[in-house]
Amino acid sequence: MNGLLDLDKIRADFPILDRRLSGDRPLVYLDSANTSQKPQSVIDTISEHYALHNANVARAAHQLGEEATAAYEGARDKVAAFVNAPSRDGVIFTKNASEALNLVANVLTWAGDPYGIGPGDEVVITEMEHHSNIVPWQLACERRGATLRWFGITDEGRLDLSNIDDLITERTKVVAVTWVSNALGTINPVAEITRRAHEVGALVVVDASQSVPQMPVDLTALAADFVAFTGHKLCGPTGIGVLVAEPELLNQLPPFLGGGEMIEIVRMEGSTYAEAPHRFEAGTPPIAGAVGLGAAIDYLSGIGMDAVAAHEHAITGYALERLQSVEGVRILGPTENVDRGGAISFELGDIHPHDVGQVLDSYGIAVRGGHHCARPVHARFGVTASNRASFYLYTKPEEIDSLVEGLDAVKAYFARGL
Amino acid sequence: MDVDALYQEIILDHYRNPRHKGLREPYEAQVHHVNPTCGDEVTLRVHVADGKVADVSYDSLGCSISQASASVLTELLIGKDLDAAMAVHNEFLALMQSKGQATPDEDVLEDAVAFAGVSKYPARIKCALLSWMAWKDATAQALVNGAQS
Repeated sequence: MNGLLDLDKIRADFPILDRRLSGDRPLVYLDSANTSQKPQSVIDTISEHYALHNANVARAAHQLGEEATAAYEGARDKVAAFVNAPSRDGVIFTKNASEALNLVANVLTWAGDPYGIGPGDEVVITEMEHHSNIVPWQLACERRGATLRWFGITDEGRLDLSNIDDLITERTKVVAVTWVSNALGTINPVAEITRRAHEVGALVVVDASQSVPQMPVDLTALAADFVAFTGHKLCGPTGIGVLVAEPELLNQLPPFLGGGEMIEIVRMEGSTYAEAPHRFEAGTPPIAGAVGLGAAIDYLSGIGMDAVAAHEHAITGYALERLQSVEGVRILGPTENVDRGGAISFELGDIHPHDVGQVLDSYGIAVRGGHHCARPVHARFGVTASNRASFYLYTKPEEIDSLVEGLDAVKAYFARGL
Repeated sequence: MDVDALYQEIILDHYRNPRHKGLREPYEAQVHHVNPTCGDEVTLRVHVADGKVADVSYDSLGCSISQASASVLTELLIGKDLDAAMAVHNEFLALMQSKGQATPDEDVLEDAVAFAGVSKYPARIKCALLSWMAWKDATAQALVNGAQS
């Protein structure tokens, strides 16, 4: 199979992949779009941070405080370089991608002209968004009397852009779209959508949670106004997310959370605020999380995101082919390995995804079952839930074989006694 | 984990051959409950007469555990005095919250003892409880509605 990484070498970096589950079965982890596993270097870096350098940041004039601040701000530099952000000062640490998206939706709810959402404005999203990129916009529209509109999905599982001129108009204030669908795996033409949105003066928000971990990205070239992603899907720890935007834009927007670090001067009568990024980082930030994310970025950069993307593409192609050979499997989303990320949602006959997942789990195979926080996608395809197998740089072709064997076992199990 | 301990034959039997399924008249209350993590849904009606659970009818979408649980519920509760039915409900709830430590009382729970294994799987407890929570909610509403009419 072309494009695979040196799997023995890569897998040796991830201690959890050696785990034996009950019944002494090896772990077959096919849930990386949910959260990725962590290499030893990330685990060690976090541990070392707490063991040797722990202090609060930017408010402790002592050696440890300086070390912790340097590590935290160093992580910001690493993130900026990794995604080619327009400016390191436009890299804001949040607790996850959901918080980053909520930050944007809230400050655009509160902002006045020219950026704020107002009565009669339209916000355009898509039917394939994760709930994190739907609900904040529903709330914003309700609060400001704006209208929410959305792109539909084709039968193949691609964005239906046929009515783009009807959807993105002079009334459009914000276009919020996912780069890679967490449920369908579809890679969307976000650069094209960004260009169209900018032509009408709309702000563009991109949910890059499933793209930054899987492929090389250049956010300066993309030119979207706000890009959100999370650390734990790219080999980093939980509790650290990222919002990337131009500092000039960020500094014109009202703060999100108030507290320490985000201020300039606080008087009892009123306060002034710091500039980005600290303007949007109230309180003690997830310091160890940022440091761990920096280590994850070092790890992935060492392998090379082109190589990670090639591996993911190869595994996804193999999985698409093998899954389609299983009688009763119906894939939700593109079945052609073109513009497609490494997450495959599927149904297995009329066996409920919980039951499929439970029997697979008894073989040590971890997949997700449910609506994957993308209920409208499932409604679009007339189902309430599905199973999702998702891959990463450590996924072996043999694990896809295990999944296929597991699905045969599921069918045999639920057919029993029929 | 031994998946057979979860999917007892009784559960698979109720899943394949659900008892008392379908929505029926008369009823004093109808509720709709969902399991937000997986989208399982149940619409459940309760008919209370002379202090008894005269009928429980339902329509549901969901996994084998949630479907079988609704079926077992109707077999256990239809025809019982309300107090006795609530006692069965409480016993089933306690079993589900037992983390696999409880020895279920077969005299009270009958076929529902098959769900004992579910209590070891935190992700599935909600599936087993979905219709029981719906029944409790509907019964409370039925008593209010019945008192008003």
